[in-house]
Amino acid sequence: MDWHTFTTVDFAWMLAIPALPLAAFVIQIFFGRWLPRKGDWVPTTAMGFALVLAVGFFLKAMGIFDPTLYIQSSNPPPGETGLSLAWLFGNAPSGAPNIVFSVLFDNLTAVMLVVVTGVSFLVHVYSIGYMEGDKRYGRFFAYLALFSFSMLGLVLSGNLLFLMVFWELVGLTSYLLIGFWFEKPSAAHAGFKAFITTRIGDVGMLLGFLIIFKHFQTLDIVTIFQKLGETTGDFQHWPGWVTAAGLLVFCGAVGKSAQFPLHIWLPDAMEGPTPVSALIHAATMVAAGVYLVGRFYLFFSPSALLVIAMVGSFTALFAAVIGVCQWDIKRVLAYSTVSQLGYMIAALGCGAYSAGLMHLMTHAWFKAGLFLQSGSVIIGMHHEQDMRHMGGLRKKMPITFWTMLICTLALCGIPLFAGFYSKDAIIAGAMHAAAHGGPALWLWYFPAIALVVAAGLTSFYMFRLIFLTFYGEPRSEHAEHAHETPWTMTVPLMVLAALALFSASPWIFNGDVLGHHLWFPHVVAHPEKVEAGRLVVEKAAEEHGVLPLVMSILVALGGIFLAWAFYYKKWLSAEEWARKMGWFYKAVYNKFYVDEFVMKFIVRPVVFHWNVACAAFDKYVIDGIVNAVGRGGVEASEGSGWFDKYVIDGIVNAVGFTVQVFGGIARLFQTGFLDQYLAFTAAAIALGAVLFFFFL
Amino acid sequence: MLGGILNQVAGGEGGILLSLITFVPILGMLVILFIPKKQHDIIRTIAGVATGIPLALSILLWFLFDPSKGGATAEAMQFVERHAWIPTFHIQYYLGVDGLSVPLIFLNCLLLFIAVPASWKIEKGVKGYFMLLLLLETGITGCFVALDFFLFYIFWELMLLPMYFLIGIWGGPRREYAAIKFFLYTLAGSVLMLVGLVAVYLISAKEGNPTFDLMALAEMARSGKLGANWSVLGMGFKTWLFWFLFVAFAIKVPIVPFHTWLPDAHVEAPTPISVILAGILLKLGGYGMLRINFPLAPEAFRRFAVVLAVIGLVSIVYGAFVAMAQKDFKKLVAYSSVSHMGYVLLGFGSLALLGFAGGAFQMFAHGTSSAMMFLIVGVIYDRAHHRDLNRFGGLGSRMPYYAGLASVGFFAALGLPSMSGFVAEFLTLIGAYEGDHTRWMVLIAIVGVVITAAYILWTIQRVFLGPMKNEEYKKFPDISLREAICQAPLGLLCILFGVLPFLLLDTMRPSLEGLMGVLGLK
Repeated sequence: MDWHTFTTVDFAWMLAIPALPLAAFVIQIFFGRWLPRKGDWVPTTAMGFALVLAVGFFLKAMGIFDPTLYIQSSNPPPGETGLSLAWLFGNAPSGAPNIVFSVLFDNLTAVMLVVVTGVSFLVHVYSIGYMEGDKRYGRFFAYLALFSFSMLGLVLSGNLLFLMVFWELVGLTSYLLIGFWFEKPSAAHAGFKAFITTRIGDVGMLLGFLIIFKHFQTLDIVTIFQKLGETTGDFQHWPGWVTAAGLLVFCGAVGKSAQFPLHIWLPDAMEGPTPVSALIHAATMVAAGVYLVGRFYLFFSPSALLVIAMVGSFTALFAAVIGVCQWDIKRVLAYSTVSQLGYMIAALGCGAYSAGLMHLMTHAWFKAGLFLQSGSVIIGMHHEQDMRHMGGLRKKMPITFWTMLICTLALCGIPLFAGFYSKDAIIAGAMHAAAHGGPALWLWYFPAIALVVAAGLTSFYMFRLIFLTFYGEPRSEHAEHAHETPWTMTVPLMVLAALALFSASPWIFNGDVLGHHLWFPHVVAHPEKVEAGRLVVEKAAEEHGVLPLVMSILVALGGIFLAWAFYYKKWLSAEEWARKMGWFYKAVYNKFYVDEFVMKFIVRPVVFHWNVACAAFDKYVIDGIVNAVGRGGVEASEGSGWFDKYVIDGIVNAVGFTVQVFGGIARLFQTGFLDQYLAFTAAAIALGAVLFFFFL
Repeated sequence: MLGGILNQVAGGEGGILLSLITFVPILGMLVILFIPKKQHDIIRTIAGVATGIPLALSILLWFLFDPSKGGATAEAMQFVERHAWIPTFHIQYYLGVDGLSVPLIFLNCLLLFIAVPASWKIEKGVKGYFMLLLLLETGITGCFVALDFFLFYIFWELMLLPMYFLIGIWGGPRREYAAIKFFLYTLAGSVLMLVGLVAVYLISAKEGNPTFDLMALAEMARSGKLGANWSVLGMGFKTWLFWFLFVAFAIKVPIVPFHTWLPDAHVEAPTPISVILAGILLKLGGYGMLRINFPLAPEAFRRFAVVLAVIGLVSIVYGAFVAMAQKDFKKLVAYSSVSHMGYVLLGFGSLALLGFAGGAFQMFAHGTSSAMMFLIVGVIYDRAHHRDLNRFGGLGSRMPYYAGLASVGFFAALGLPSMSGFVAEFLTLIGAYEGDHTRWMVLIAIVGVVITAAYILWTIQRVFLGPMKNEEYKKFPDISLREAICQAPLGLLCILFGVLPFLLLDTMRPSLEGLMGVLGLK
């Protein structure tokens, strides 16, 4: 088998997947308002076709069993034709540094394509109901299509530069969609915050790319891996710059995937319409950081991986703690997303490669589901988001309730539900890392402990949400009169609930309840090295300790039990416990004051001190000198001063010059111009000659 | 037959394409001279034709241009027209283009063409205004095609005067201050250039080959025959020459601290003049460095490259910070120009091919995006009659098309990937990272990237987002077709060269490589 497994035609069809939503975007943004139904069906149908194509490629990729045939780039070997575009220089001499666009397809890409097109299609359908009657209804679909295009392009890029191009484009659409209701200042501000915060991470990523380009003269991912294999002696000895560049690239993931300390934008991003939160801020875009780490995995040295594991596990725990104290239903889910992204990052850092990416997939299904269900609740509640005003919705919104329960159980990691298999694998991986350690042995205990604790917190805050929303008595007028939502909204909920059940282990078909034979680790496996332009993967290792299994089930059930005791049975009073916790509760409630810290020590100095200082310097010092020189010139020309010779002459000459030139201009209109030029140039030459000899 | 005519006019010996592009506007000016003052529409139409023909010709020029021939040397120049002009002083009428000038000529013709519909609403002194505008175009184009230093200087001066009048007569309330300031600054630059010009001539005469021919002078400089053994006040002649010419061009770019004429000139200038000023006049500074300053003093350039890069770096970061503090919309855009043009110097200072490419690309990219930004400001100024950012807000809901077009311009300026500004920044940063002497600067320049994003998004937020601040703004009509037609081509170019940068870079690359050879960098 060589790289012809997928032919140029295949790659062209792959490009059709992002091209469909792009075309839909163009049609929708220019002509949407004149189409029937304001054109909502254009992007929706486009996504439907894209989904079909993506599933086709997924099945084709599943049909290839050669595990060494893991990564495929459309960038051809020298002397063969392939699908690529010399982007920076079309006719650069071969060997000169250049940026070449190519498609990169492997099993990870195949999975991502299905996830992105699947969630995107469902969100499109859901939005038909959710956004009904909005005054910018058509434009909403245009933005969704633009987002889908960018996200699919990101997934297919075989070159880091294009990955970054699409990476920024998803950031742009995220900005546009968070601020979709921009009349609300909070929404406008949230978009701003999201863009700037992620851009800080992106700047680190760009710096990492610059370092890589400096050393390898390319940003083509496969070529980088090849050269890296040579540089590191088959990934044995890691030069310092590789670690540094890897960590800088990881900065991009920290921003995009909302890892501590750049997580602050994601909760605010909930100002966007709820379908946006589901698609962009839960399932796909925020997972792009995880995808980047997975795609670029070979590049991360062991020390870089340790940092990645630390950041991820700390974020998982940190955000889970905050999630416990939130009252806004979408903010609970937002912190939950931050926490789950931490799980994925931590898994990759711990070496549990398949587990982390499997969690990306399962999380995409059930978290998109949870957001859409919360959106259904919000619509049913007439745009009320505070859980203190909900209650008793179980009977009034049965479909929403049952599907949300399924997705919640999946998120909590209860056996039989998809989230269980991925989360269990992550915890197993973290414990494996703790047991086998690395250079700094004791540090590796932290991820294992943090992830187990966070798992308990996760089920606590999720069931807190369930009990507050769906059980008890209605606590407001709106809750009394809540109603189920239309089918365009409930059908996507049911599909996502089904995926939250069966996407990891189809146990209903094969009875693999404990997930000993999951399909995912066989498909997306740990990359090991590069040989002849292909990535060699490790045979799927199946880590299945009994301890991690028992631990993860126990903490999940413990969390549910506590939530039941607090919010259903009310044996324990949440208010009283909050009082007992004192300052700690206050800190958690205020999200550990990270926003305040950033505001006070970064935003304020930059916005209110530095730039004002610079502007004042410009106005009073630089311009002050300029004006003083001008005034000095005028004064000196009235009297006579020591710099007569230096300045006055200049000014006098200038005036003379000016007068002459003005005259020249005036006469130009009458007498043609050559003579005037000659006179003018003669004067100029004389002046120049005088100055020159003066300097000599 | 058409091909034959084309060949006759453009290609081969005796073609006059460059002269046509340069002097058709002046012909238009002469025609307008004979039109009665009151016939505004006829005058405007003639101006449109007189700028449209050079635009068409400049597109033709780009198509006929063969990039593979290289550039920056006499042999590589294309469409050459060469005649003795003032033989006593060895002054020639010597025109020619390479891959550096062709895109900029196109940009110039495009912006001047756009300036005509953008000036449609000007009612004061229409005749004089359009005559000066056409004269301005000849001056700018002339600078891009002249290969004789003296001829260049003539065009350079020819361009400054219409600009002075256009700001001083058709400008805002403080127009006289701004015009004088503009004039004195550029005059200082001109004087420095003039000194350099005469000095170079005298030196070349001393070496036995008196000439103003830039290509020949560069050749002499390369082989060390241009004042190698001279020293003035303890400093080598070449160093003097380098700094004289550098300051002359740097004022135009402009660099910190010689930049304060720019915000004032922009704030007072009418919109189309701001467009030309930011879009193409500033580029003359960068172009002059590449064509004249560096080739005539290559050794000094290599030695002081790090200084240039630092100046560029300071301009990037300082300009961005100052821009952020502005409350006047137009001043903000003006300072963003200072910041963006810093990349040009940083790229040149890196001494790497990709850095040069980045700088040259940035000249074009900024030419389109800044021109678009000034048009955007003009639209809102025409309606609200003020530019105070804090008094706008919520316009996005009333003027959706305007907001959409404006977003394209703003994100192009922000350097969003897929827009041309990103390609320029990326190339510049890569170039800067390649150079050992500029590597650390990348760390600081990259801060500018974040600050730029911040002030641009903040501007969008203050103008378009949030609730409507003023009831009166609800009555504002959305962008008119005329205004949209002015902006759309610029937006398209921002996207086109961002998505397919090789369209531009392939034209420039061989010439840049030739330039690297001329500068002794290969």
